[in-house]
Order: sequence, then structure tokens, then C-alpha cells
Amino acid sequence: MADRTRIIRFVVKPIVFLACLGPAVYLTWAALTGHLSANPLSDVTNETGVWTLRFVAITLTATPLRRLTGWNDVIKFRRMMGLYAFFYGMLHFTTYVVLDRFAGLVEFPGGIVSWTTVRSLLKSIGGDIYQRPFITIGFTALVLMVPLAITSTAGMIRRLGGRRWNQLHRLVYVTAICGVIHYWWLVKADIRRPQTYAAIVAILLGYRVVRVFQESRRRLTVRTAAPVKP
Amino acid sequence: MLIKRPADIRSSEITDKKLYLNRRQFIQTAGAIAGAATGVGVLTKGAAVLHAVQPAAHGRKLENVKKGSPFSNTNGEVMNTWEQITTYNNFYEFGTDKDQPAELSRNFKTDGWSVSVEGECAKPGKYSIDDILKGETIEERIYRMRCVEAWSMVIPWAGIPLGNLIKRCAPTPKANYVRMSTLLDPKRMPGQRLDVLEWPYVEALRMDEAMHPLAILAVGIYGEALPNQDGAPIRLVVPWKYGFKGVKSIVKIEFTEKQPVNSWQKTAPREYGFYANVNPEVNHPRWSQASERRIGEFFMRKTLMFNGYGEQVASLYNNIDLKKNY
Repeated sequence: MADRTRIIRFVVKPIVFLACLGPAVYLTWAALTGHLSANPLSDVTNETGVWTLRFVAITLTATPLRRLTGWNDVIKFRRMMGLYAFFYGMLHFTTYVVLDRFAGLVEFPGGIVSWTTVRSLLKSIGGDIYQRPFITIGFTALVLMVPLAITSTAGMIRRLGGRRWNQLHRLVYVTAICGVIHYWWLVKADIRRPQTYAAIVAILLGYRVVRVFQESRRRLTVRTAAPVKP
Repeated sequence: MLIKRPADIRSSEITDKKLYLNRRQFIQTAGAIAGAATGVGVLTKGAAVLHAVQPAAHGRKLENVKKGSPFSNTNGEVMNTWEQITTYNNFYEFGTDKDQPAELSRNFKTDGWSVSVEGECAKPGKYSIDDILKGETIEERIYRMRCVEAWSMVIPWAGIPLGNLIKRCAPTPKANYVRMSTLLDPKRMPGQRLDVLEWPYVEALRMDEAMHPLAILAVGIYGEALPNQDGAPIRLVVPWKYGFKGVKSIVKIEFTEKQPVNSWQKTAPREYGFYANVNPEVNHPRWSQASERRIGEFFMRKTLMFNGYGEQVASLYNNIDLKKNY
């Protein structure tokens, strides 16, 4: 058993860690060597977004997978998957800020590197988040991941206590829903991909709803079956 | 006599408990891996596998293309490359991804193509591409092309003024609109097997818009026959309107009295109106139209009213509110 733990920790985990970096490495390579489309900036923005959703979905798969298969080791990868979701979410947001907002300023009255640029950039991001519902909801999905990333360390779990930590981390359900809506609202006519993600998230969250329902029924039966004290 | 009956199962045959448990674990692990693999498969299914699509092979050279049209006024902006123009396309009949038309239209055959002219006109009938080009001078027109998705290109089209063909069809006084449709043939256009839009694709112009000398029927790019992914063999180009107005692979031109409903207008009336004039002051409900990214550039450009063709076309819209008639 000790061997197994060690293999997971020192062999499997590093491999999974590197594999998860793959999409980012590939995108950078492809963008720099002209392997993307004629609009590589838009490809990078889209792909980092889709990978965020994929990692959110993978993170949400850990618990059901463990319960259904009894494969306990899977939980050892949940935090890494969650942090990768945050990582790709931040990459997605950064590409949006640089490629869409910064490049879209069009005019740089004070020069490109200047306070005026910073101010108009912040104004442009803020305005976009405020005015465009699909940006608002995407930004919400990202912001909700921040406290989860911060409290992902063992120390923070201890400080918060398991119960409160669990409650807080249910925010990821909201992130998943907001992420899917963000994708859905952005597409012009072909909604097949957002639909696929919506279905996946619905199954993963539906599983949890069903469990909560079953649990409460079980508890109710236990309580009614207990002898009544005089 | 003592008969020793052998035990039903020899002890050597009994699986060691450790092994037994391992096997169980193995099955569970295998199951979990299979489950995870299916999950990953579903997650990546239909996702864009990014790879550089091959640009269109160079086609037939068009003869006697007249260059230097006064309408080719793009203020010295750099033209987009053949590769960009033939690998980044919105042509839903061949898939909704930008790189799909280049691939899925590769074997599209346009031999024996004809355009059916119908409706309010004195000379309806079937016109072959040769009929349409007969007696016409093919002109090069270098135009800006502004997509409704806020990107743009500069493209050297080759074509004839749409107005020339219209005159030959002798429209009646009742002909207020010209409605153009793309081929409907899901066998040859695989994108039509999905109902993302109502097929066939339809876009219409008001008669005075259609007669405007800027509006052309294009049959080529860079002096060569139009590649399939760009709307072969004949397509509409109206440079002051968003790109989706340019109906591709046209098989029908119909003169109508009433204002037709266009494909995108039908799909999302709140987002796409009848006119679809490029207008930086009227945003798409979901994104800004104030600026655009020229394909190949990093910094965006300000979008120009009527895509920079205001001097020529603004007078067509003196009497209508462009905020309402988007």
C-alpha cells in the first residue's frame, strides 16, 4: 500500500501534471509556428476557454467516479484538476484582456505603455463585463474559482474545517453552470458544442442532486424507525 | 480399504487471497479507466482539432481581367493572402468551423452550373455562367470584407456588376427586391445535413442597392476562378454590408415585390436585420461592432461606417433610421 501511494505521488502525479500542461504547450507552439488558423488570436482565446470547461468537468467527475467504481485514488487528482481548471480559466481571461481588450483599444493617446492605456484598458474590461451578459457570466465563473484556488491547500482545509471547506467548494457547481451558459451565449447558430457541455454538466450535477435526495430519505427512514423515547 | 477422495478443488487451484483482491482491484481500476476514457472521448468529441488547413489549389486563370477599377479604393491597405482567404471561411453549407469549408468543399463540382432567374422580370430563365459573363468585362475589385463577427479582410475579387445582369433580365416595375439563393443539395453540401440555418441560404437586396455599381457578382479571386470555399462558381459581394450578405454558390435570382426574409434574419431577428449595413454605431446585441480585427494583424482597427464606402452608398439610406433598420 505504501508502494502504491508512493508510485501515485512520485510517478503518476507528475505524469498527469505534465499531460495537463499539454494543451497550453501545444497552443503556444502552434500559435508561434503558424499551425493555427488565419485568425490565431481568436483560436487561442477559444481553445483556452474550452479547456477550462473540460477541466471543470473532469474535476466534477472525480467524486461520482470514486463512488461508482470504488476507485479511491481518483480523489488524489481532484485538486490538481481543479487547479488546472483555474489555470486555463486565467489563461483564457488573460488572452481576452490582451488580445481582445488591449488590442481593441485602437487608439493610444499617451503611447502604448502609459497610465492612459492602463486606465482605458480597465475601463474597457469593466465596461465589457457590465454591458455584455456573456462576458458577465464568464467573468462570474472565473471569479468564483478564485476562493477555491486560494483554499486548495492542506493548511487551508485544516483551518476552515472539512465541513465548511466542502460547503465553500460547492461553488464549483455554479462555475460549471456559468461556464456552460457563457459558451452557449457566445455561439452564433451551431450550438452543438455548448449543448454537449451542458449535457455533461447536467449529468454530473444531477448525480449529486439524486444522491442528496437519497441521503435525506435514508436519514428520514432511520429517524422514523428509531424507537420513541418515553 | 481406504479410498481417498481428492478434494473437489485442489489447494493449488484456490486463488490466493492477495491475488484475488488484486484482481478485484484490477477490474475496478480497468472499469474506472474505461469510464474516464469514455468521459474524455465525449469531452473532446466535436472539438476543433486545430491544424493548419491546406489552402485552395490554384485554379483556372481568368482571362482579360480589367484592373484598376476606381471602386478598388482601400486606401493602400494590404491585401490578405490567398492562403488566408481560402482557409478562413464562413460557409455553413460546408460546416460551421472556419477551417471546415476548405476541407469539406474540396470535391465540390460546379460543372454545368446555371442560375435560374425568376419572378418579376421580362426575361426569366436559366443562365449558364457563360451566359452571365457573355459580353461582360470581368473587373478586379479590391474590397474590404467586414464579417459580422468583427474580423475583416481585404480581398481582390474578380467579377461583374450585379446591375449589368439585372438589366439584362429586364425586371418589371413591380420588382422592388432581388432575392438570391445558394444551391440546396445536402449530398454535395454536407453542412446542410444539420439544421443550423434554414436551407437554402437566402439573402436579398433592395433594387437600388442591387443596382449600385459597388455590388458585384464575383467569379474569381486574385485573377483565378473562385475557389469552392469562397462560393464557387458565382457569388454576391456587397462591400458596405456584413459578409453574410454575400450569398455564395448562387443558383437562383428572384425579383420580388415584397421584402423577402433573409436566412440570418429568420434565425435571429433581434441580431440580424434585413439591411446588415456595416455600422460601428449599432452593436450586435452580444458584441461591439465599433472595431474589427483585420486578419493577420494584432491591433484592431476602428470599423468605418458602411465599411468605408459611405461616400458611395450613404445616399441610399437617407430616408431610413439605420438604428431600427440594422
